[in-house]
Amino acid sequence: MSGGVDSSVAAALLCRQGVDVVGVWMRLHDVADSYSESRRSCCSADAADDARRVAGQLGIPFHILNLEAAFGRGVLEPFLHAYQAGETPSPCVDCNSTVKFGALLGQARHLYGCAAVATGHYARVAVSVDAATGRTRYRLLAARDPDKDQSYFLYGLGQDQLAHTRFPLGELTKPEVRGLAHELGLATADKPESQEICFVPGGDYRTALRDRAGWTPLPGPLVDVDGRTVGRHQGTAAYTVGQRQGLGVALGEPRFVARIDAAANLVQLGRRADLQRRAFAVRDAAFVDGKPPHPSGFTADVRIRHRAALVPGRIRRREASDPAAPALWDVEVEEPVWAPAPGQAAVFYAAGEVLGGGRIAPAGA
Amino acid sequence: MAIYLDHAATTPLRAEALEAMLPYLTEHFGNPSSPHAEGRRARAGLDEAHEQVAAAIGADHREIVFTSGGTEAINLALKGAAWAAKPYGHHVITTAVEHQATLNAVHHLEKFGFEISVLPVDRYGRVDPDELAGAITDRTTLVSLALANNEVGTIQPLAAVVERVRHHHRILIHVDAVQAAGSVAIDLGALDVDLLSLSAHKFGGPKGTGALFVRRGTTLLAQVHGGSQERYRRAGTENVAGAVGAAVALRLAVAERVETARRARRLRERLREGLAVLPGVEVTGHPVERLPGLLSIIVRDADGAALQMALDLDGLACSTGSACTTGSTEPSHVLTAMGYPEDEARGALRLSIGRPTTEAEIAAAADLLRAAVERHRAAATALGSGALSVEMSA
Repeated sequence: MSGGVDSSVAAALLCRQGVDVVGVWMRLHDVADSYSESRRSCCSADAADDARRVAGQLGIPFHILNLEAAFGRGVLEPFLHAYQAGETPSPCVDCNSTVKFGALLGQARHLYGCAAVATGHYARVAVSVDAATGRTRYRLLAARDPDKDQSYFLYGLGQDQLAHTRFPLGELTKPEVRGLAHELGLATADKPESQEICFVPGGDYRTALRDRAGWTPLPGPLVDVDGRTVGRHQGTAAYTVGQRQGLGVALGEPRFVARIDAAANLVQLGRRADLQRRAFAVRDAAFVDGKPPHPSGFTADVRIRHRAALVPGRIRRREASDPAAPALWDVEVEEPVWAPAPGQAAVFYAAGEVLGGGRIAPAGA
Repeated sequence: MAIYLDHAATTPLRAEALEAMLPYLTEHFGNPSSPHAEGRRARAGLDEAHEQVAAAIGADHREIVFTSGGTEAINLALKGAAWAAKPYGHHVITTAVEHQATLNAVHHLEKFGFEISVLPVDRYGRVDPDELAGAITDRTTLVSLALANNEVGTIQPLAAVVERVRHHHRILIHVDAVQAAGSVAIDLGALDVDLLSLSAHKFGGPKGTGALFVRRGTTLLAQVHGGSQERYRRAGTENVAGAVGAAVALRLAVAERVETARRARRLRERLREGLAVLPGVEVTGHPVERLPGLLSIIVRDADGAALQMALDLDGLACSTGSACTTGSTEPSHVLTAMGYPEDEARGALRLSIGRPTTEAEIAAAADLLRAAVERHRAAATALGSGALSVEMSA
C-alpha cells in the first residue's frame, strides 16, 4: 500500500472478497524520514500515514517493511549507474522485479506465510493449463483500461512470481477505481496521482545523481547532425535520448538528443526525423514464460516506453561469436519507432499478452 | 484471543479510573478556575487528584504539577530547571540509555549553550555512580536519570547516585519514573530528589495525562505560558478527568504494587523459561535489578521488526523495544550504549506483562514465539544469507 488511491482500492477489493489481507508500506529510502508539503509523493512519511489510515478504515493489520537494502541494490544503484553511463534507467521495472515481486514477495511468502502479494497495478494475470503437458501457465495480460495499463513495467515477472501475484484492479478503469474509493469512503479517494520518481522528491533526478552518487557534471560538446559542435552540454548524465528542452541551442528546426556517448563525453543532437529507428538491439531479455516463444526468434508487438504505441516487429536472437557474451536480441519494427533510449525497457506483446522484454542496448552494441 | 504483551508501551485503563473520570467528562464539566458551583466541583476533583498522587509517592499536594503526559513532564523538568539555574551554571548530566524525551530535550538545551554530558552504561544498562560523580563540575546544575529503562527494564542504582550528587550544592536531580512507577517503590519522603516525572497510562490511567513532582523550594521556569494553573508551573485549563483517572490509577497501583510485582515476576520467569529451549536467545538488561514484568531479549540471526510483525499476524502483540513508525532500521540506542553490535541489536524484542496477563497467555505466547523464531530462521535460510529476497526471473 503506497498510500495512493490504487493500492487502497486494491486492498479494499480483496477485503470485500473475504481475503485475509495484511497491509504493508515499503520503506525504500531515506525520503521516508521526512514529511512533505506535496501530496504527490508516494514515499514520504505522509504516504505511510495515508496507507495506515486506509488500513485502519479497512480494519486490516498494517506494517512498515524496511526494504531499503533490496531497493538500493536493485533499483537505486542501477538508476544512478545508468545515467552515468549515458543511458536512461527504468527504475519502476527494476522495482517490480527486485523489490515488490522480489524481496517483498519473498518475505511475504516465507516470513509471514502469505499466499501472494497484491498491488494496485493495472494489469491482469490469466491462468491456463497447457493441454499437452498439463503444466499450469501464468500469463501476464495488459489491463482492461488501456489508458492506465502498467503491464509494461511488469515484463520482468516470471512464472513463480505471477503464481503468487494478484492485481485486483486489472479489470477496472481509473474512474471506476476513484468511484469505488469514494463509495468506500477511503481516505485516499481524492489523492492526486504520483508522477515523480519516488526517491527524487523534487523531481530533478540530477539532484539525486549529485547527492547519492557524488556526480560532478563534466561539460563537453553538443554535436549537431553534421558533426559540427553547436554548444556545450552540462555533463552527459543530465541528458536523455529524445530530450528537447534545455539544450540551449537554436538551430531553426528543433533539435533533440539523438545519442549520448558518456565515454567520449559527447552529446549528439538530431532533428525529429533523425531519431526514427526501424531496428535496435535489446539486452537482459526476460520472458514471462521462462523462455522465448521460439529460441531463435518470434514476432511480437513492441513497446519502447510506457504508453507508447505497440508496433509489430520481429525479434531475433543474435548469433554470438562469443558464447559467454550476454545474449542480444535484434528487434526490427514494421513502423519506425521514435527515439528508443538505451537502458529503457522494450516490451514484447502478443494480442495483449506480455511475452517478455529487455533493455534497449546502445546503438552499435 | 489476541495476546497483549506490550504493557510497557501502554496498559489498559483501569475500570476504577474510568469510573472516577466519567463524571468529570459529563455533569462535572466545569472549568476548575471558574468561581461558580460548576467550577468549584471540577476544582474539588482536581484538588483531590493532586492529593492522591502526592500521597501515593510520599509528596505534598502542592508539589504535583499535572501535565499532558510523561514527555511534557520530562521537558518541563529539564528545560524548566536548566533555565532557572542558568545564573549558577549550564551543565546537565544524563545517561546514554534515557528515553528520547530526555535525550532530545537536553540536545535542545545544547543548542542554547548548555553543556551536556551523556554518560555511558555497563552491559546491563546501569550507570556507574562514581563515574557520574566524576562528571560533576562547578557548572553542573542538573542530573537526570530514568529510574527504570523502558527498553530493557534495568533499574538504576538511584540511591547511590543521589548520595554522590548530594555532596554538591545546587545540583537538582530529576528522576524519570515513567516506566518505573507502579512497579518500583517510590517514596519521596525518603528519596532525596527534586523532580520526578510520571505518565498515567503506564500504570492504568488515561493517555494524555502525566505529572511532575517538584519539590518545595525548587525553582522551575514554566515552559507553557498562560494562566495561573498548576501554581503558574503549567498554564492551560486542566484536564480534570485525566488528572482524576491518573490519581485513582496510581493510588491502586501503589496499593497493589507488591502483589502485582510478585505475580508479574513469576509470569516473566515462566516466559523466559519457555524461551530458554531456543538456541541463540539472550536476555538483555540486568538479571536481578529489573522491572518485574519486562522481558527483553535478543534473538540471534533474526530481525526483531520482522518477528514482531509475524507475531502480530499470529495475534501476539509485543515490541522491538523502541517504538518506530517509519520503519527505520537504526539499532536501539539503548542496546548500542550497552555494547551490543548492530547485528545483535537488530534481533531485539520486548515482552511486557501487565495486570490482565494470565498464565495461559504466557504459555501460549511462549509457543507462538518459539514457532515464530523457528519459522523466521528457516525462512532466512530459504531466502539466502541475509538477502531475504526471491530470485529474479531469468
